[in-house]
Amino acid sequence: MHFYGLLLHVYPASFRAEYGEEMRAIFARAREENRGFHVVVFWVATVFEVLSNGLAAHWDVLNQDLRYSARTLARAPGFAFTAVTVAALGIGGATAAYTLIDYVLIRPLPFTEPNRLVNIWETVPSSHLGELELSPPNYRDYRKAATSFSSFGVFAGVAANLTGAGEPQRVLGDAFTSEIFPLLGVHPVLGRVFSAEDLKDSALGTLVLSYSLWQELFGGDRDVLGRKVEIDGIPHTIIGVMPAGFSFPDRDAELWVPLRFAPIDFTDRTNWYLHGVARLKPGISVSQAQAEMTGIAARLARADPKELANIGAHVVRLRDDISPRTRLLLEALMGAALCLLLIACANLANLLLARALARRGELAIRSALGAGPERLARQMLTESLLLSLAGGLLGGLIAYVAVPLFARLVPNALPWGEAPSIDTRVLAFPVLLTLITGIAFGAVPALRAGHGSEDALRDNARSGGGRRERLRSALVIAEIAACVVLLVSSGLLIRALSRIRGRDPGFRPDHALTLRTMLPFPKYDKAETRRTFYNRVLSSARQLPGVTSAAYTSFLPMVMRGGVWHVEIPGRPQDVAHQESASARFVTPDYFVAMGIPFLMGRGIQESDTREKPWVAVVSQSFVDHYWPGENPLGRRFKFNFLDHVVVGVVGNVRVRGLERASEPQVYLSYQQAGDAEWSWYAPKDLVVRSSGNLLALVPALRRIIHDADPEQPIADVQTLNDILEDETGARTVQLRILGIFASAAFFLAAFGIHGLLAFAVSQRTQEIGVRMALGARSSAILGMILKRALILAAAGVVIGTALAFAAGQSMRALLAGVSPADALTFAAAVGLCFAMTLAGSLLPARRATRVDPVIALR
Amino acid sequence: MAAQTPSPDSLLPLPPATFHILMALASEDRHGYAIIQDVAARTDGALKLSAGTLYRSIQRMLEQGLLVETRDRPAPEEDDERRRYYRITPFGSSVARAEARRLTQLVRLARASGFVPGRA
Repeated sequence: MHFYGLLLHVYPASFRAEYGEEMRAIFARAREENRGFHVVVFWVATVFEVLSNGLAAHWDVLNQDLRYSARTLARAPGFAFTAVTVAALGIGGATAAYTLIDYVLIRPLPFTEPNRLVNIWETVPSSHLGELELSPPNYRDYRKAATSFSSFGVFAGVAANLTGAGEPQRVLGDAFTSEIFPLLGVHPVLGRVFSAEDLKDSALGTLVLSYSLWQELFGGDRDVLGRKVEIDGIPHTIIGVMPAGFSFPDRDAELWVPLRFAPIDFTDRTNWYLHGVARLKPGISVSQAQAEMTGIAARLARADPKELANIGAHVVRLRDDISPRTRLLLEALMGAALCLLLIACANLANLLLARALARRGELAIRSALGAGPERLARQMLTESLLLSLAGGLLGGLIAYVAVPLFARLVPNALPWGEAPSIDTRVLAFPVLLTLITGIAFGAVPALRAGHGSEDALRDNARSGGGRRERLRSALVIAEIAACVVLLVSSGLLIRALSRIRGRDPGFRPDHALTLRTMLPFPKYDKAETRRTFYNRVLSSARQLPGVTSAAYTSFLPMVMRGGVWHVEIPGRPQDVAHQESASARFVTPDYFVAMGIPFLMGRGIQESDTREKPWVAVVSQSFVDHYWPGENPLGRRFKFNFLDHVVVGVVGNVRVRGLERASEPQVYLSYQQAGDAEWSWYAPKDLVVRSSGNLLALVPALRRIIHDADPEQPIADVQTLNDILEDETGARTVQLRILGIFASAAFFLAAFGIHGLLAFAVSQRTQEIGVRMALGARSSAILGMILKRALILAAAGVVIGTALAFAAGQSMRALLAGVSPADALTFAAAVGLCFAMTLAGSLLPARRATRVDPVIALR
Repeated sequence: MAAQTPSPDSLLPLPPATFHILMALASEDRHGYAIIQDVAARTDGALKLSAGTLYRSIQRMLEQGLLVETRDRPAPEEDDERRRYYRITPFGSSVARAEARRLTQLVRLARASGFVPGRA
C-alpha cells in the first residue's frame, strides 16, 4: 500500500490530489482479489499501468495548459506579440554576436592538435614597427638553434598572374616551405604537397591548388595532376589539390607554390617578409618556447650588433594571434548584444510583472474554484515556456539574418574556411535566460498574487504593492541606463567616423579610376620592355575622351601601406633602434597630376629622368619637416636604400597607411631609374586615370588598350579612388550600422518599457487620481505628477548610464580615432534623446491620467 | 472551463474506455470503483479498467462536459463519505448516442461486406 502511494507520485500533483485517495481505495480492493503467485503478476502490471497512465496524465495537463496559454495569449495579442518580439530581439542579437565570437576567438582551429601551433614574429622594441615578419637569414638561424619545435616553417604571400587555364587571371596565394602543410596536419585530397626537392632553386615549378580553384578552373577534373599552367609566365606543374574548406593563412589563399631561397636572400637580415609558423614539441609550453627564442635572439644580436641590436622574437599561439582591434570590435559587439539582451529581459520582466498583477483576479478565482498552487504554477510555467520558445524561434531567425552582417565587421579575422553558422548550443543560452526571466517575473509573482486568495479577490487589481512597484521602476532605470550606454557608444563611433572621413587623404579622390596590371617577371625583366608597355598604355589612355591625365605607380596609397626604404641623411647620426624610413614609389611623370597631389616646390618626375641621369627624388612635405625643418630641400642629397638621390621637388603629404594611422614620409622615384630586374616588386603596376567623364565607361576602352599592349596581361582591382577611400571607412560603417541597430532597438525597447510602466501605474492609481481630482486637483497637476515620476526614472537611468557609458568609451578608446570618450556633444545628445524618449513614452499614460473621470473612478 | 457546447460529433470516435464509462453511468450515478465493476460485469470481465485509466478518462470527460461530479448522495446506507459520484450530462448522453450511431453504421457497412455473420 505504501509502495502504491509512492508510485502515485508519477502522476501530476494536481491529479494525485484530486483522485489519489480513490485510486488507493480501488487499488486496495484489487489487491485483495489477487493471492499467491498472482500477487507478483498484479504488482508488475500495476507498475506498468501507473507509469504509462502517469506519463499520459502529464501529457494531458501539458496539452490543457498549452491550449489554455494559447487562448489567454490570443486574448492579449498585444502582450503576446510584444513579449515575443522583445525576447526575440534580445535572443537574436546575443546569439548572433556570440556565434561570431565563438568562431573568431574560441572555436579550435581546424588543424591537428591546434593548441601546439604557434606563430613566430620578430620584434624591434623601441620602434614603431612592432611585430615584424622574419628575414631569411634570421629564420635559418632560429630554426637551426631552436629545440622547442617539432617543425618550423615559413611562408610569404604571392599574387600570381595565372595563364594556361582559360582567361589569364590574377590569383592570390602563398609560397610555403615544405614544413607548412605537414605541420598543420592537413592532407591533400588529390596528389601530394611540397617535398624538400620542390624547394630547391633548380627544381621545376610545382603548384598545389585550393579546392575552390580546382573546381573553378578545372571543374573538379581528377586528371588535373601533372597539368602545366604558367604563373607569371613560368611553367608550373600541378601536383596536388587541398580539401574543400581548407585555406591558410587566410581566406583569400587559392594556390600554393614552394618557397625558394637563393643564396643572395640570406645576406640581408632586415629583409623581413617571412611569416613563421611552428608546431611545439609535445609537452613544451608557449612560454618555454618563448624563453628559448628570446635566448637565441639575444645570441644573434650579440653576433651581429650592427644589424640586429635590440632584435627579439615573439612566440604566440596561432589561436590567440588575433589583432587587438578585431578583439576589441568583437568585445564591443558582444557588449552591445548583452546590453540589448539585458534591456529585453528587463522589458520582458516588466511586461510579465504587469500582467501578473493584472491577472491576480483571474488566478484568485481559479484558486477559489479549487485549482491548487501546483496546478497554477504549472500553468504559468507553461505560458512562460511558450513565450520563451516562440521568442527563441524568432530570435534564431533574427540571428540567422544577422550573422552574415556581423561577420562583415571582422572580414579578415575569419580565416578558417566557410562562413560561420549558428550553433544551437549558442542559441540555448539566451533562450534559457529569457525562460528564467519568464519564470522569475511571470510565474512567481502571479503565484504570490494567487496565494493572497480572498484579498486578491476583494481589491482585485487596485493596489500595486510598493515593493513590486519599486522593482519595476528599477527595471526601467536599468533599461534607460543600458540605452544611454548604447547611444553614447554609437554616438562616439559616429563622431570618430566623421572625424576620419573629414581627414584629407592627400590626394583628390573624385574623377579618378584605377586598376592593376601586375607585370610578371622575368618576362618584364628589361627596363626597356616595361617602359614600352607603360608608354603604350598611358599614351593611348590619354587619347580617350574626357581623360585629362594618366600615370603608373608602384602602389596606390592605402592599397599598399608598406613598401618602405631605409633613409640616410648625410651628417645625421645613424641609430639602429630608431630606423629612419620612408615609403618608396616609382612613378611615371604624370602621377601627381593624375592623383591630384599638390605640388609645393620644385618639379615632378620627368620623362628625362632616365637611368643615365643623376637619381632624382620628389619628397613629401613631411619628409622635409622631418629631416630638414625650415631649410630649402631642393638640391639636397640623401641615401635612399643606400643609393644617392637628389631632391628635385616637394609635394603634399599622402596618407599612405590609411586614414587612421600615421604614415612614413613619402619619396617618389623615376620609373626609368630602376634597372633591369631591379626592385621587381616595386615595378609600377597601379594605373590611375583622371577623367572629367563617366569613369566606368572608360573600363572597356582601358581593357582594350592593355590587351593591345600585352594580350596575356590580366587586369585586376578595377576601382575608383573614391572606392579606395570608402574602403578605408568600410569596416567602421558596418560597425556603426550594427551598433546603430542595437542602439535603436534598445531605444525603442526602453521607450516602450517606460510607457508600459507608467500606463500601468496610471491604471493602478485611477482611484487615487479620481480622489485628487474630486478634491480639486487640476489636470495640469495630475499631468505634472505623472511626468515628474517619468523624469525621476529617466534621471536615475541617465546618471547610472552616463557613468557606465564613460567606462565603455574608455575601453574602446582605440576605436575612437582621437575622439574623447567623454565627448560632451555625444553625451549631451544621448542624454537629450533619453529624456525625449521618456517624455514620448509618458505622453499617452499622462493624457489618460488627466482624463480620469472622478465619478467613474470612485464608483 | 468546459468547451462551449460543441457538436457531439466533434468528439467521435470515443476512446473505448470513455464509451464504457458513459454506458456505466447511463442508468445511475456511480463512484469510480462501481464504474470499474459495472464495466467488468457488462463485458464479462474482458475489460478491467485500471484506476489510472479510469480517472484520466474521468478527468478529461469532466473537462469535455460529458460528466459532472454530483452533490446528490445516494441512500445513506449505501453512501461512502469519501467517494465521489459521477453523473452523465445531457451532452454526455447525446455524445454516447452519436457514438452508438456511428458504430451501428460501421457494423452495417461491415455486414454489407460480408464480414458479419447473421441476418441479411
